[in-house]
Amino acid sequence: MTVAPSTEPSGAPTLRDDALLQVRDLKKHFPITQGILFQKQVGAVQAVDGVTFDVAERETLGLVGESGCGKSTAGRTITKLIEPTSGSIVFDGKEISGYSRSQMQALRNDIQIIFQDPYSSLNPRHPIGTIVGAPFRITDSSLTDKEIKSKVQSLLERVGLNPEHYNRYPHEFSGGQRQRIGVARAVALRPKLIVCDEPVSALDVSIQAQVVNLLEDLQEEFGIAYIFVAHDLSVVRHISDRVAVMYLGKIMELADRDTLYSKPLHPYTHALLSAVPIPDPDNQNRRERILLTGDLPSPINPPSGCVFHTRCFKAQERCKLEVPAFREVAPGHAIACHFPEERKPFDPNAEGRVIRSTMSAEEQDQQLPVDAHPDLVQQAHQDDRSQFR
Amino acid sequence: MTSTLDSSSSVVSPPPSSFLEVRDLKVAWPTDDGLVKSVDGLSFSVERGKTLGIVGESGSGKSVTSQAILGLQKGTRAQVSGEIWLDGDELVSKTADEMRVYRGNKVAMIFQDPLSSLHPFYRVGEQIVEAYRVHNDVSKDVARKRAIEMLDRVGIPNPDRRVDDYPHQFSGGMRQRAMIAMALVNDPQLLIADEPTTALDVTVQAQILDLMRDLQKEFHSAIILITHDLGVVAEIADDVVVMYGGRCVEAGAVRDVFYNPQMPYTWGLLGSMPRLDRDRKGRLDPIPGNPPSLINLPKGCVFAPRCVQKHRVPGDACATVRPDLLEADPGHSVRCHIPADERRRIWAEEIKPVL
Repeated sequence: MTVAPSTEPSGAPTLRDDALLQVRDLKKHFPITQGILFQKQVGAVQAVDGVTFDVAERETLGLVGESGCGKSTAGRTITKLIEPTSGSIVFDGKEISGYSRSQMQALRNDIQIIFQDPYSSLNPRHPIGTIVGAPFRITDSSLTDKEIKSKVQSLLERVGLNPEHYNRYPHEFSGGQRQRIGVARAVALRPKLIVCDEPVSALDVSIQAQVVNLLEDLQEEFGIAYIFVAHDLSVVRHISDRVAVMYLGKIMELADRDTLYSKPLHPYTHALLSAVPIPDPDNQNRRERILLTGDLPSPINPPSGCVFHTRCFKAQERCKLEVPAFREVAPGHAIACHFPEERKPFDPNAEGRVIRSTMSAEEQDQQLPVDAHPDLVQQAHQDDRSQFR
Repeated sequence: MTSTLDSSSSVVSPPPSSFLEVRDLKVAWPTDDGLVKSVDGLSFSVERGKTLGIVGESGSGKSVTSQAILGLQKGTRAQVSGEIWLDGDELVSKTADEMRVYRGNKVAMIFQDPLSSLHPFYRVGEQIVEAYRVHNDVSKDVARKRAIEMLDRVGIPNPDRRVDDYPHQFSGGMRQRAMIAMALVNDPQLLIADEPTTALDVTVQAQILDLMRDLQKEFHSAIILITHDLGVVAEIADDVVVMYGGRCVEAGAVRDVFYNPQMPYTWGLLGSMPRLDRDRKGRLDPIPGNPPSLINLPKGCVFAPRCVQKHRVPGDACATVRPDLLEADPGHSVRCHIPADERRRIWAEEIKPVL
């Protein structure tokens, strides 16, 4: 593949028409409305704003980014748990972005999801036999209870749980065991694609490794493709074949794992990698550190031009004005940046150099928390001032 | 208050030379199912200007330890024993009222979740002013000036305006900065940070760790950093205590524990985490099994049921005899039945090459 000379912000590199899942310029804008009887839209949270990527069969694509970058929304939109605003999702040759709920029902055999919180994603009033057996019961009414029970028990055994625990309730299991139940439920129907939404973030490090290994084994055994959504860069590197770095609803950099972690080009990827603490006290102080100023801007009113320019340590005038095209710079390596530069992460010869992004107090101050809408905040401020003074 | 002193501490032991010294701390909670031993015989010390990292998984007793130092279990059903010496004063024997003088003044704490630790109903500035005026007899105006000064010091932009904001108007990173400002407003000599960056994104975490390092240089306070993230400990701590099942299983200087760990649990932790600074390995080596129940702790070594090295100890000592925390090298203690020479060899020849 050659460098795409696209000037459009949604230029689509690394396209593979044979891929299992093809996502093109996918957008999800959550409307913000005001008024009670006559609601009018006053804005939109641009959670996912034009992402394009492919997932091949048996492949793991990591979606990584900080909270509020839209990675979970992207994952849920692909499973159609959230309706996309625009864009196309082609799964197994079928355009599914316009599918209705009942049309999706048939596809649920092929697309499944594992949720982050193993405490709230299992119904506390159902024994795990019922929870893991539900996919069988829904899709094949000819199965007898006995058949379902034996299928569930072999699944439980496969994910490392005791099949005797068929009749126990979720509260009787630890966090790691509950996540195994969630995994068993997702793989029950041998799907082709599983969206894993932060599947190990809530677990302790020793348990995390157990679940990561289980996911890898199941992928090998059943030939599943994963979209692995996580904020932990080291776990994503471990499990993914290719990785997409997201920031404020857009993909900043997409490359295969080794390229992304050894030769990243985007300044945001550089900053992320340099911020991860490594368990090595001596190298920790020697490597280069990039400290970004401020927090993630609000996705209601994202910055002009490159969305990262407000915190970028390399930002120039052009970045404020012009949206960088998401373009391919090497086969399979796409970035959205005007000034890409190769920078070696974890270089022990960097002598502890510190790079800080510069941002004026006014600029920082304009940044609002991700969950606060400017109008609503102002409203709230006025309201409680009148109430308490 | 049900603070029971065990027999050994009824003989008054001399105050230590360290700034903070915890001796044989035990915290247990009576429940219907039995006694939950959250912390069981923990000892450590911290000097001023130094940072101690306490690492452990959920339920290892690390947060309960910090609450005991602040005396937060007084007035509850908790049974606290042992000694906590802070700058020559013993804290376990103090009453709840006496502890109020220390809390927020000499000892301050930063909590994990900055949103639920700040009161949503009061302005950020008011909360800092309150913390200052509890311990200092000053007017509201003076305290407000102090609050603005502190917000400025922790890097909040336009502090004179932001001081009147509510917590929901702050982003996650700014809330944690405000929490730090509130903790530091009385110049505490000891700062306890309980998972201060766990709820934050990695780029914001880097900012906060950077801030804490700067502030420590400036205020020369002792810091106890409680976390589950070995990377954060490696970045900021001078000494490390590794906790498991309510006990310290390994303690030492940060370089000892990271470059020459000697406890199979520490090996397991290092092997379970994927490392960004190393070549990617094929499979992770998780610690098998689950953390123990604190009601029915294993009889011998608490880690024995999950330990993959226990076959190296002849007989069934691991399952029956509780190992002591013994000094393996100067300043580096380990709780394990495997002889020290053997442990050094296992680490150098078998564990380190595959990490």
